[in-house]
Amino acid sequence: MTPIFDLNLLLTGTYHDWLVAGLITSLSLTGISLALALPLAIVIALIRLSPVKLLQWSGFAFVEAIRNVPLLAHLLFWYFGAPELLPTALREWLYARNVEATSAIIALTLYTAAYMSEDVRSGIRSIPGQQFEAARALGFSFVASMRLVVLPQALRVTIPPLISQTLNLWKDTSIATVIGVAELMYQAAKVESATFRSFEAFAFASVCYLGMSLLITGAAGWYQGRFPVRTA
Amino acid sequence: MIQIEKVNKWYGSYQALVNVTESVAKGEVVVVCGPSGSGKSTLIRTLNRLEPIQSGRIVIDGVDAYGPHVKLNAFRSHIGFVFQQFNLFPHITVLENCTLAPTRLRGLKPSEARDEALTLLARVGLAAKARAYPGELSGGQQQRVAIARALAMRPPLMLFDEPTSALDPEMVGEVLLVMRDLARDGMTMVCVTHEMGFARDVADRVLFMDEGKVLERAVPSEFFARPEHPRLRQFLSDIRTPFAEAA
Ligand SMILES: Nc1ncnc2c1ncn2[C@@H]1O[C@H](COP(=O)(O)OP(=O)(O)O)[C@@H](O)[C@H]1O
Ligand SMILES: [Mg+2]
Repeated sequence: MTPIFDLNLLLTGTYHDWLVAGLITSLSLTGISLALALPLAIVIALIRLSPVKLLQWSGFAFVEAIRNVPLLAHLLFWYFGAPELLPTALREWLYARNVEATSAIIALTLYTAAYMSEDVRSGIRSIPGQQFEAARALGFSFVASMRLVVLPQALRVTIPPLISQTLNLWKDTSIATVIGVAELMYQAAKVESATFRSFEAFAFASVCYLGMSLLITGAAGWYQGRFPVRTA
Repeated sequence: MIQIEKVNKWYGSYQALVNVTESVAKGEVVVVCGPSGSGKSTLIRTLNRLEPIQSGRIVIDGVDAYGPHVKLNAFRSHIGFVFQQFNLFPHITVLENCTLAPTRLRGLKPSEARDEALTLLARVGLAAKARAYPGELSGGQQQRVAIARALAMRPPLMLFDEPTSALDPEMVGEVLLVMRDLARDGMTMVCVTHEMGFARDVADRVLFMDEGKVLERAVPSEFFARPEHPRLRQFLSDIRTPFAEAA
């Protein structure tokens, strides 16, 4: 007789391995997308704050175009649409590899970067202009003044919104399931259809999402303790 | 050291500097005073190109500041600038404020920069605060650190824009003391300030500005004893009895 909640199914055996593989894929999607999105967000924010009108405008257009289209549409575009535009040889090369995960990472990166760039931009704007001016007066270039003086201060005040974007990213990786990326939700569904133990499978997924979210929040708390916002 | 020739500057349609021509010799201490809005900050900020000018020429240490071949960042790194609001970098320590530019722009090793910075901090009386963050210091202490930070680039010229105006009265003296010490050391200085005691004792020359023009320039004894321009006479009597208008 099978128990009401078959914990063993989750802790050992094939199905356990499937779920863990899914978890690792989800974590990788988050990690890679975050590592790409954050620098991209900073670059977009700087472009939007640059003195050149054309750059400002293109940054604005980029952010609005991405934010105002659902993530699902981005995902399907990068999976179905974009490869069509590639030359045949390149497309075949791509299809021989992990085209699902690649499309998911591109979509998640751009989507997350668009949101994060707005947070970074308001963080930068919250730093008094005199800080930038003082750095320029010492002889630092635009980029060095931003990098050494403005951004370190701006990022500290931007941590709370960036954390909530990271949490969104972590949860949004689940949408990659629709193009067949073997992430956590995909694997949970696979276990469910193989075993008909839907409660166990989806409980595992939920606990993973929740646990990881708490870890991210905890890491943010540590960072804020280590690098507190300081004002003069 | 500084030649300013027929400089004109507009903010939109408002002319903030009108045909300003001045020069400052090496080792000279020049105090600039004048009523609020007369263009003192604008003038001093054009010297290191924090503000652009529309016509005229500014030559500093042989470099045409607005010439086509100026390396702006290197040019600025040779001019120390002290702001009214100190503008220390609050996210790093006092010591790091003083080593950031030397390590990055003068190519000093961290240990060399640290030693130099500690010497400068000792000079402004704040060696004990090296590890503090700017937010933990009083205004007077912050301004002294700001002076040390500027000196850490070893500039041959220091510019001060009302360095004591944002300070509580009891802290003005400590900052002026550091400035006197610098002047005694032979530093070339241009100081926008209303501290007339400082002007009298330390300045080699005092300029009076009003409405974007330099209306009078003289050695301090002349400047205070025999002011010529009626505006200057008015200004001097206003700052001697600051509440006269209200009375
Ligand atoms: N960024 C600016 N834009 C427009 N007008 C300005 C700007 N900065 C200063 N001004 C104007 O230029 C004049 C001179 O200002 P400023 O040089 O700051 O005077 P001071 O330092 O002598 O008080 C003032 O009338 C001021 O309103
Ligand atoms: Mg001023």
